[in-house]
Amino acid sequence: MRKIATGNKAVAEAVKQARPDVVAAYPITPQSEIVETIAEYIATGQLESQFIPVESEHSSMAACIGASIAGARTFTATSSHGLAYMHEMTNWAAGARLPVVMVNVNRALAPGWNIWAEHTDAIQERDTGWLQVFVSTVQEAYDTTLMAFRIAEHNDVLLPVMVNLDGFTLSHIMQPLDTVEPGDFIPPVHTPNPVDPAHPGGYGTITGPADQFRFRYEMERSMQQAKAVIGETEQEFARRFGRTYGAAEEYRAGDADVVVIALGTLGKEAEVAVDILRNEGIKAGSVRPRWFRPFPDLDLAGKEVVVIDRDYSFGFGGVLAHAIRSKNLTKVYCVIAGLGGQEVTYDDIAEFVRHRRIGEEFWFGVNDRV
Amino acid sequence: MYEIRIHSRGGQGGVTAARLLATAALHDGKFATACPFYGAERRGAPVVSFVRIDDRPIKVYSQIREPDLVVVLDASVMDVIDVLHGLKTGGRVFINSAHPREFAGFAAHHADLTGIALKENLVVSGSPILNTPVIGALAKLGIISPGSATSAIREMFADERNVRAAEAAYREMIV
Repeated sequence: MRKIATGNKAVAEAVKQARPDVVAAYPITPQSEIVETIAEYIATGQLESQFIPVESEHSSMAACIGASIAGARTFTATSSHGLAYMHEMTNWAAGARLPVVMVNVNRALAPGWNIWAEHTDAIQERDTGWLQVFVSTVQEAYDTTLMAFRIAEHNDVLLPVMVNLDGFTLSHIMQPLDTVEPGDFIPPVHTPNPVDPAHPGGYGTITGPADQFRFRYEMERSMQQAKAVIGETEQEFARRFGRTYGAAEEYRAGDADVVVIALGTLGKEAEVAVDILRNEGIKAGSVRPRWFRPFPDLDLAGKEVVVIDRDYSFGFGGVLAHAIRSKNLTKVYCVIAGLGGQEVTYDDIAEFVRHRRIGEEFWFGVNDRV
Repeated sequence: MYEIRIHSRGGQGGVTAARLLATAALHDGKFATACPFYGAERRGAPVVSFVRIDDRPIKVYSQIREPDLVVVLDASVMDVIDVLHGLKTGGRVFINSAHPREFAGFAAHHADLTGIALKENLVVSGSPILNTPVIGALAKLGIISPGSATSAIREMFADERNVRAAEAAYREMIV
């Protein structure tokens, strides 16, 4: 069925269809519409699930962890400070190999007090062992949320998945949405070692120096295996429902001399800039990494690269640019743009490309010229 | 791509009007996106929302800077906002007004949406509802088809007064 929906409503709809056993969440702008809608589904009997209205995000992740240990399918959503507050528990969920699915609506961290889009909140969770995916349309938010459950709960993965969408820019925009009947696309959840409350047992007991590294190694092995599982899941989704995205979405990149690389909605708007540049005779293309962890293999050989980072690592630089540089041994022009919802148009992106200075960093709106 | 900027005050239904417009465009077989500009809005303050309609999927998220059409649901916002800002050459203005209004250099259309809403007793918290009648007016301008205007309103509102209000705006507006 085709209708107009916000990114938040699309996520809630996908979660309803994925039928989680437990949803534990705390409201925060701009995510609140997701958990409000899910709570309404449960209250009106459209979704049979336990909704736990916790007192904080630390507790929402702890509740998801507890339920997941018992073998339940779990979901939560958050943003910004909520995610930061969860941080201790996000480490725990990944380390305990629990397939929690979370939607994070990307929002800047204070101060200044700012509720608009920025990727720093998700990037700060980069090393926890969560799979991270960034989406760029309402449809993609819906499709990816459905896929996230199947990927997280796959026996070769068993790691939590964080689906990221840009605050307001995507969470609140209204776009066409085609919903599907997922059927058995998401099979019943079967975690390998669920704790039976009737026969209580320990989970995560003390682990000494002789063993800890083995668990860490297993996490990385699963992260690498996740690449194949993501691919298979995408193929199966395409076979059933006719839509596919890839680990990274390329646009006119094949023969391009210069490519723009950005996450989320900026990566989608970059495609408009590419068309403008092509009309001027500049052979431009764009690459939008969807998955940030595991980070996709990108073929950038012989191309100049302009990376737009909606994040920053102080004392170092843009985090996406850093990832591109280190995985591809290529020099990039790193543009810091869109922080705290800063308006960045396709014309601005085209200007970044026209005036690129490979090897340098440029703060949009701060430096006096593009 | 056809780009529309809607000016209203918080609580008047500008965001819902944008949603109805996008839904109607979808019913016409087109692609559409609608988004409010989220600032520190509050009831009564001037607010802006945007609608884009195209034959192809829309990849733009940034704000509309050069609209084809400006819709003014509350004429009083013109005291504090330049509603014509960036309006394309040859662009049009639609204003909720009982009387014709002049906008130098631009074609202007009007309909008394407030009067229509009051006649149908479409009032919430003391404010007349403008978001459904305006859809009828925009159908008259050819932005969406009258059939899709009606089906979009019915998809969102069970109360048939909304459809009647849109039909009244469609009838009363002179193009």
